[in-house]
Amino acid sequence: MFTSILVNAIRMGTIFLFGCIGEIFTEKAGHLNLGIPGIMCIGATGGAFAISIFGTNVNSALLVFLSILFSMLFSGAAGMLYSFLTVSLQANQNVTGLTLTTFGVGFMKFFSKRIYDQKLFVSLSPAFQNLFGLKDSTNPLVQIFLSHGILVYIAIIIAIISSLFLNKSRSGLYLRSIGESPATADAVGINVSLYKYVYITLGSAIAGLGGLYYIMDRSSGTQIAEAAIDSFGWMAVALVIASMWKPLLAAVGSIIFGGLSILDAMLKTMSLSEQKIFAIFPYLLTVIVLVLSSVVKSKNTQPPAHLGLPYFREDR
Amino acid sequence: MQTKIARREPLFHISKNDAMPFGKALAIRICAILAALLVVGILSMILIKENPLLIYMSMFEGAFIDVWTLFQNTALLLIFGLAVIPAFQMKFWNLGANGQVLAGCLAAIACMKFLPEKYPEISNTVLILIMAIASILASCIWSVVPAIFKAYFNTNETLFTLMMNYIALALVDYCVFTWDKTGSGNLGIVNLLNGRKGWIPDISNKYILSIIVAVVLTAFMFIYMKYTKHGFEVSLVGESVNTAKYVGIDVKKVIIRTLLLGGLICGILGFLYAGSVSHTINKEVGGLGFTAILVAWLANFDSLVMLLTSFFVVFLDAGSKYVSTQFQLNSNDYANIVVGIIFFFVIGCEFFIRFKIQFNNKKTSNNERVGE
Repeated sequence: MFTSILVNAIRMGTIFLFGCIGEIFTEKAGHLNLGIPGIMCIGATGGAFAISIFGTNVNSALLVFLSILFSMLFSGAAGMLYSFLTVSLQANQNVTGLTLTTFGVGFMKFFSKRIYDQKLFVSLSPAFQNLFGLKDSTNPLVQIFLSHGILVYIAIIIAIISSLFLNKSRSGLYLRSIGESPATADAVGINVSLYKYVYITLGSAIAGLGGLYYIMDRSSGTQIAEAAIDSFGWMAVALVIASMWKPLLAAVGSIIFGGLSILDAMLKTMSLSEQKIFAIFPYLLTVIVLVLSSVVKSKNTQPPAHLGLPYFREDR
Repeated sequence: MQTKIARREPLFHISKNDAMPFGKALAIRICAILAALLVVGILSMILIKENPLLIYMSMFEGAFIDVWTLFQNTALLLIFGLAVIPAFQMKFWNLGANGQVLAGCLAAIACMKFLPEKYPEISNTVLILIMAIASILASCIWSVVPAIFKAYFNTNETLFTLMMNYIALALVDYCVFTWDKTGSGNLGIVNLLNGRKGWIPDISNKYILSIIVAVVLTAFMFIYMKYTKHGFEVSLVGESVNTAKYVGIDVKKVIIRTLLLGGLICGILGFLYAGSVSHTINKEVGGLGFTAILVAWLANFDSLVMLLTSFFVVFLDAGSKYVSTQFQLNSNDYANIVVGIIFFFVIGCEFFIRFKIQFNNKKTSNNERVGE
C-alpha cells in the first residue's frame, strides 16, 4: 500500500516538477510567468503533433526523442512569445501570462480534438513508460526507484542539473543577480535581455515536457482533449513557492504534492467529500511557506527581489 | 576633417513617451486590433476553410442573438473588473478575484441552503439580507488576509492571492460534495423546489438586476477613484510608496482599506451569483476573474473605459462561440484562441504607446558629432 502510494506520488509529482523547474528559471530571471499552465498545454500539444505525425513510421526510441523535441519546440516558442512581450515590449507580466494561459488551453483543446487518435496514442504510450522494463517487479525498492518512464528520470536529472547550475556556475549567479537587481547586473556588464530571453525560453521548454509527460506516461495516452493540464500548471506554480525557489526541494516537494493529489483516489475507504479536502493541502502548505518565509525574512528563502517588475534601463 | 567614430551606434533608441496624444494612442490600439483580426481571419480561413468576412459576419450576428445574456455577462465581467481596479491602481496585484467571489458565493449559498431548513419561518427578505452579509464577510476575509500580510510583512501578494483562489476552489469542491448527497458533485439549483427561498425577486426579468448593480458600482468606482481623498491616496501609493509615506499617508491602512473595498465588491458579486444569476455554486462562478484582470488592464484601470473593454471581450467570446458551433468547431476552445490572439496584439501595441523609438540615422549622428 505504502509503496504504491509513493510510486504514484512520484509519477504524479513529475508533472508538477517539470512545470516547477521551468517556472523557477523564469522567476530567477525576475519574471513571474503565469502562462505556465498554458505553456504546459502547448507542450502537450507539440508532443501530440509529433506522435500523430511520426507515430506509425518510426521506432519507439526515435518517437520518444521526436515528441520530446516537438514538445520543447512548441512550449519554447510560447516562452519566446512571452519573453518578446514582457522583455522587449515591456508588457505587464501578469496580463501577458494570463493571456498565454487562456490561449494555451484553447490551443490544446482545439488541436488535440483534431489530431488525437486514442488507439494510436494508447498503443504508443508504453514507449514512454517503463524505461528499465521493471514495472511489474514486486520488490518495493525496484518499484520506487526503477519502475518509471524515461521522463520521470529526465525530470529528476533536470532538477539536479538546474540546482547545480543556479548555485555553482557563473551563469547561474548572473541569472540570479538579474532576478534580484537587473540594474546592478546591467551595470556589471551582463546582457540582461539576452539572459532573460534564454532562460525564460528554456524554462518554458522544460515546463512543456510536463504536458507531454502527462498525456503519454501518466494517463497512458488516454487523455488529452479533456485533460486538466492547466490545473496541474497552477499546482506547479504553487510548488515553486512551496519549494522556496530551490530545484532540489522542488523534487522532494513534487512528491509531497503528487501524494496529496492522488491520495483521494487511493483512499477508497473515505467518503467522497473527505477525499476532496486533500486538494486544499498543497495550496494551504504553499500559503504557509509563503507567509512564514516573509515573516522570518531569512535571506535565502525570499522570492527574487525584482520578481514581476519590469526593467527598463533608463528608469531611475 | 571628419573623425571616424570607432563606437558603433545602436540601430535604434528607445525612450519613454509619457504624453502620447489620446487620438494617436487610440489609433495605435485600433491598428493592433485590426492586425489581430487579420491574423484571426487568416487562421480561421486555414482551419475552417471559409471566407473570413463570412466568419466575422457570423460572429457579429451570433454575439447579438441573445442580447440579454450578452449584457448580463458584460455586467458580471465589469463588476469583477471593478473589484480589482483599486488594488491594481495601487500596484497591489490582486489575482484573487476568482477566489473572493467563490468564497462569497459559497457563504451565500450555505445560508440559502441551511437557514430555511433550520428556521422554516424565516422571511425571504431577512434571508436575502443575511446572504448578502455572509457573502460580503467571506469575500472580505479572502481579500484582507493577503492585504494584512502584505502590509505588515511584505508577503508577495500576487502569489498569495493566486493561492487563495485554489483554496477557495477546493473548499467549494469539498462543500458541494458534502452537501450534495447524490455524490454527483453538482449542487443543482438551490431551493428550486423549495419556494425559491433566498432568490432575489426579478425586476421584470432576471438579467436586469446585475446590470443595474454594475452601472451603480461603475459610477461609484469612477467617483471614488477620481474625486475622493481615498482614491487619491490609492493612486499615490501606486505611484510611489515613499512619496505617500512622506506626505503622511498610512500606507498599511490604505492597502488594507483598498482590499476591503475589493472584497466588498466581490462579496456583492458572489451574492448576485447566489441570489440571482446562477442560484448554485460551481467552478464557473469564479471563472471570469482572470479575464477581468485582462479587461481592467486593457482599460488602463479606468472604470468608464472598462464598460467598453468588458463589452468587447464578452462580445468576442460570445461571437467566437457562435462561430465555432456554426462551423462545427469545438465550442469554447476556438473562442479562447481568438481572445488570446487579440490580447497578444493589444498587449504588444501598448509598447508603442508608452515608448518612443528613434532610429539612429547614421548621417545625423555623424553631423551631431561634428557639431560638438
